[in-house]
Amino acid sequence: MTATRDKMGRPIVVVTGMGVVTPLGSGKSDNWAKLTAGESGIRKITRFPTDGMRTTIAGCVDSIKVEPHTSLGLAERMADQATEEAITQAGIGAKGDFPGPLFLGAAPVELEWAQRDELARAAGATDAIDYETLIRVAGQSRFAPYHQRHLFGSIADHLSEKYGTKGSPITITTACASGVSAIQLGVEAIRRGEADAALCAATDCSINPEGIIRFSLLSALSTQNEQPSSASKPFSKNRDGFVIAEGAGVVVIESLEAATARGAKILGVIAGCGELSDSFHRTRSSPDGKPIIGCVRNALADAGMTPDQIDYINAHGTSTPENDKMEFLGISTVFGDLAQKVPVSSNKSMIGHTLSAAGAIEAIFSLLTLEHQRIPPTINYDIPDPAIPFDVVPNKARDARVRAAMSNSFGFGGQNVSIIMTGEPA
Amino acid sequence: MAEGNTVETKPVETWITGIGLASSLGEGIEANWDALTNGALNVDETTYAPFLVHPLAPVNFDKQIPKRGDQRQMEPWQRIGTYIAGLALESAGIKGNAEILGRMDMIVAAGSGERDLAVDGAILTESVKGNVAPDFLNVRLQSDLRPTLFLAQLSNLLAGNISIVHGVTGSSRTFMGEEASSIDAVRVALARIASGQSDIALVGAAHNAERKDLLLVYEFGKFNLRDKFVPVWAREPNGGFALGSGGAFLVLESKQHAQARGARPFAKLSAVVADHARRSGANAASAVTDSLTALWTRLHPDAGANAIITGATGAEPATSQERRFLNQHETSAIRATGSRFGHLMEAQFPLGIALAAFAVSKGALFPPSDSTGLEIAMSARPSQIVVIGTGHWRGEGMALVGAAD
Repeated sequence: MTATRDKMGRPIVVVTGMGVVTPLGSGKSDNWAKLTAGESGIRKITRFPTDGMRTTIAGCVDSIKVEPHTSLGLAERMADQATEEAITQAGIGAKGDFPGPLFLGAAPVELEWAQRDELARAAGATDAIDYETLIRVAGQSRFAPYHQRHLFGSIADHLSEKYGTKGSPITITTACASGVSAIQLGVEAIRRGEADAALCAATDCSINPEGIIRFSLLSALSTQNEQPSSASKPFSKNRDGFVIAEGAGVVVIESLEAATARGAKILGVIAGCGELSDSFHRTRSSPDGKPIIGCVRNALADAGMTPDQIDYINAHGTSTPENDKMEFLGISTVFGDLAQKVPVSSNKSMIGHTLSAAGAIEAIFSLLTLEHQRIPPTINYDIPDPAIPFDVVPNKARDARVRAAMSNSFGFGGQNVSIIMTGEPA
Repeated sequence: MAEGNTVETKPVETWITGIGLASSLGEGIEANWDALTNGALNVDETTYAPFLVHPLAPVNFDKQIPKRGDQRQMEPWQRIGTYIAGLALESAGIKGNAEILGRMDMIVAAGSGERDLAVDGAILTESVKGNVAPDFLNVRLQSDLRPTLFLAQLSNLLAGNISIVHGVTGSSRTFMGEEASSIDAVRVALARIASGQSDIALVGAAHNAERKDLLLVYEFGKFNLRDKFVPVWAREPNGGFALGSGGAFLVLESKQHAQARGARPFAKLSAVVADHARRSGANAASAVTDSLTALWTRLHPDAGANAIITGATGAEPATSQERRFLNQHETSAIRATGSRFGHLMEAQFPLGIALAAFAVSKGALFPPSDSTGLEIAMSARPSQIVVIGTGHWRGEGMALVGAAD
């Protein structure tokens, strides 16, 4: 009989359902096929005019349409779809009755330009429009749905009511780490004995003019627009920034005891999570790498593991000059000589940076890596950066023995999280 | 900080050892307490007419954010929050203590930062004239937005700024979701300490009410109180809230950790419970009342607990439903913070806990200031206070604050 508690006496947390939507497509099957084939989901943006923008490419989700299109509408729909896939796979609870809390990683919420325009036109003003103008018409009944739609809790409220999760749903933002932070919250709740199961979801749809221009103004985005599919090139010498993308990732996690009791198929184990925040700068990491080093060490300690036990690292690997360099510094400090041997690949080379959803999507891809014993590549790796001598699994997927995988997410604003997953309980 | 390697089976006692508070009534818990005792009220009925706001009392940001460069990176919301976080750390006696701050956990409840209203207005003014070029929006945003404005807007960057300015660098999480987000922030911070996953945490939120972009969102639902100030309990049938500027941060700490460094508590935080009632559907008319009733049972206050501090917003139908719940506690001394400070949204619940903790430490509840008579005076020492948070739209929660032994 397998022990249901880990070395530290905590309930072992396992994954019993996964759902995913990315620029490569909807669902695990489609995504895994394309990911391992080294395909790119990055294309020229056609959703809105990109005239005058320095970056005109992104990883859009075309497989799901919301009419009329709104960022929040698509973010919610992707979350719905990924949640359906995960809950169906887990076979847990009943329709509209999920036996545990919801943790959602999501982006900050705001009105879009289409809505501001709509209000301005409704006001019928012909000049000097300001927020007073918009406020004057905002109370009209046709705009009533905009209240709920633009609350920060909007998507979590929707998911919790539709899928019948228990208690107060939590929406977490840690920028690029949000997706894994949502999983970490669920793991902690199960370890505390508050719940036997948790629905951990993440979604992001920020591909709109202001969303892109904001990152552009911080020089964070690749401007290699001519060949969209090769713009995201983590760890390459000529990388020049990340490619913004959208998507959703959802996992159902349970205590091993509860999952076993109901005969659920175990898809993987969350062995440990670690985090550490950075106080150096609002967008840049501390040059000594200490927060990233500490984060990775915390994850290993939490999992009760040593670096030599990690067979694969799913990198944060955004393709920015800064992150990829810092990620190497952090990993090489903790892993020593092993840093150049352990395979380190970046899903972002193919799906781009799905922001709030990235940590969850990439955890799912790491679990699929463990399931299939096949490591997705880092594509677009034509000119290696000699300062980053990782084995990036260049350009082609590789079959390998993978018993434990680490996935990193290092957020804007210095919020770093690493998660370690294994195929089976230790 | 790294998670503890074990999970405690017996809940670890958790103290409130630091309080940071600023509002329309003043800066710091003492000034706010004095203002409450004196019945002071600071409401602006003209600047945002027909709406009312409770504007922030003057604050010298230099005192907690010494570098002007840091202040310039922020807009008011983040400045207010970073300032108040500093007050809380000072209150707990750990400001500048790098060893503790380096492993301190943090959960911030947040909305997001201010839009550039002038840029938005100018773009819309051009746009409605029609005949704008396809690249119009892109070009204007690119040239008119200050590049670092995004950082001042990002929800997780209040926490980021607290890390940078004050050196709080254990874990950093930001919860979003209006009133419920701070109820859950306190709940999770407490749960982590109680179970041994954390030793010390900074939890709280800030809110800038003086924002037309924010008033707009609530106006869609017609939640803004209009024209004239009246206390929360006097706003039926239309209801409404007057947004308030300010915020509250708390330092939560295990009793053991506090005693080891010689820290004294304001109060003990015994429990936080929360839920998300289904407010539309068959049970709509009593969903909030039933939820609060069930939460009170789960919270399990002492029989003698007869003081309630509530963040009741004044919004309907939630406030009427809360009143029906409060009717079950007629002999309790009730205080609506919304009538004194306005509605600080994400900061309302931590504000309530801060006041409860201070009241317990002072041995007195602040006097009522309510024209309806619902709030009654209390001369006895409050040994245990229940803090209530009822979201204007969704989410309910309660906290139990009592005297530390």
